[in-house]
Amino acid sequence: MKNPRLLTLHALAVFSFLYLPIAVLILYSFNGQGVGGFPPHDLTVNWYRILFNDGPIWDSVLNSLLVAAAAMLIALVFGIPAALALDRAQFPGKALFRRLVLLPLILPGIITGLSLLMLFRVADMKLSLLTITLGHGTALISVATTEVFAGLQKLNRAQEEASLDLGATYWQTFWRITVPNLKLSIIGAALLIFTLSMDEIAVSFFLIGRDNTLPLEIWGRLRRGITPEINAISTIIFMFSLIAIIFWYRLRTKSELSREIAAGLADAANEC
Amino acid sequence: MATMMEQGVSNKTEPAATSLLSIRNVAKHFGKNIVLRDISLEIAEGEFLTILGESGSGKTTLLRILAGFEQPTAGEVWMTGERLDTQPPYRRRVNTVFQHYALFPHMTVEQNVGYGLAIAKRPTAEIESRVAEALAKVKMSAYAKSKPSKISGGQQQRIALARALVNRPRLLLLDEPLSALDANLRRQMQVELKALQREVGITFIFVTHDQEEAMVMSDRIALLRSGELEQVASPREIYNRPATSYTAQFIGHTNLLHAEVRQGIATSGALQWPISLTDGPALFSLRPECIRLIPSSSVVSNSSPASNNAVRFRATIRDQAFHGATDLLRVETDAGLMLTIRTASHNLPNSSSNSDIEFEFSTGDAVAVRRSEDRR
Repeated sequence: MKNPRLLTLHALAVFSFLYLPIAVLILYSFNGQGVGGFPPHDLTVNWYRILFNDGPIWDSVLNSLLVAAAAMLIALVFGIPAALALDRAQFPGKALFRRLVLLPLILPGIITGLSLLMLFRVADMKLSLLTITLGHGTALISVATTEVFAGLQKLNRAQEEASLDLGATYWQTFWRITVPNLKLSIIGAALLIFTLSMDEIAVSFFLIGRDNTLPLEIWGRLRRGITPEINAISTIIFMFSLIAIIFWYRLRTKSELSREIAAGLADAANEC
Repeated sequence: MATMMEQGVSNKTEPAATSLLSIRNVAKHFGKNIVLRDISLEIAEGEFLTILGESGSGKTTLLRILAGFEQPTAGEVWMTGERLDTQPPYRRRVNTVFQHYALFPHMTVEQNVGYGLAIAKRPTAEIESRVAEALAKVKMSAYAKSKPSKISGGQQQRIALARALVNRPRLLLLDEPLSALDANLRRQMQVELKALQREVGITFIFVTHDQEEAMVMSDRIALLRSGELEQVASPREIYNRPATSYTAQFIGHTNLLHAEVRQGIATSGALQWPISLTDGPALFSLRPECIRLIPSSSVVSNSSPASNNAVRFRATIRDQAFHGATDLLRVETDAGLMLTIRTASHNLPNSSSNSDIEFEFSTGDAVAVRRSEDRR
């Protein structure tokens, strides 16, 4: 692999393998001839017009947004204290807990979905958006816990001691020092949970009631035949994801940049 | 245990006029690891005390007990008649300058310094004026609006100091605050810190592993070794009258002489000098600069008697290292004893005559020291 041209070619191939399907998806959302046919003919925004007048799709988008927002809240509320416990508290079985908390991430969605379904059956709960929300929320606690735990590991504990030393109680220290330092991890976890919930199918499939989430709505329509309208809604989702990724990336690089500057200055101070 | 109990009970009646802080029989165990054992120390109001020790000697643990981040396994800490070790860190009138400063990265310099006052809910006007005053004192007023990441290590150091002092603590703890600075800046900060301490009159407890730093800054040095206090004394006394062989070797350089005392005479190899000690083996510390080289011109005759309290001996120079104003010599006496001698560079004889040179030291400079046993 010494040949740089071969390497470039290889990179291009991987890149196109990853992104060509998305490009095709976007392109065909403007295809006047419906799905199929190459090259696309009669470029049009007609599919978008149809999409915007499609009530059920927008109902499912709204459902998905609601579920994602609520699941995010649940995961954070339970995940952050779990991360704090992992980082600070000493309790029997801590090592086991640390691994178990990761399990839902590794477990196939089918298992999680099926077990939640059985749980709700036992609890005699009617399947609805609520059960999906609870399902997503619990399954994604592990994401919140791992992200925030990673942030806590990077946090300089001396800062918290300095705060206590300066007269702040443990609670004041948590809000004034710990949380601001974890801001990035928490936002990162929130974005990740939101996105994962938005496109989750396996767990949702088991827990769905009367109202569809967007992925299930799309999946249902595909069974009746594919139309460029699906391409159009997918394109819009893709754009939103892109914006979220860019937002997150900029936030992260900004903070890492300032951390790098700090480290650089400390080194310089040591040298001169 | 009985003495500990008595001390605890009788505390309120003890005079607290001169002693600000009283550390009583403090011990700290981490599981089976004994980090501190039976530390007792009185610290006077306005004193600059340095806790000196190698890494692992327990000095930082002792400081953390005073700050409230660790609980002593046994013993008590009292501050002016109040029990300190049972208080949480935020209720102690003790502030700390941390080793790596621990400034809050999400706050400006000004907010960092004002943090303690804001927590104490002081009026805004008071916070502003006291923060400005504290920043002026450490010459950092120009950086009030900067973030800590934008200032240098030395500047961060000053901010950490201002952030602690602005709260007017009874006691300021400093955990190796200069260790991250380069040598020149460190020397400058040593002088500034000492001057600042005299100016504000706050009691400083300073932790370091650097014996030179301890000598320069302290009123008293508490030398910690493997969790026990080896000696507590002023820098001069600890240097001139080390109590143990460990102290003598840790503070500055020294020659340890293993001697045998018989009827008021100590004998170590070819060296003999009078000493008022009981018979038996003894250990002496003889500082390299206490040994004088006798210029060959003055050795007119061997019969010229040394003064009564001086010991003369002949030795060969084996090694010589230039240290600026002084030279360090490694010499070997006729009996094969190796000694280190510090002498002014211009005193040295011509390099051709390195053997059979005469030296002397005053008998009072050979200080009898206790042998430091291995503790670990």
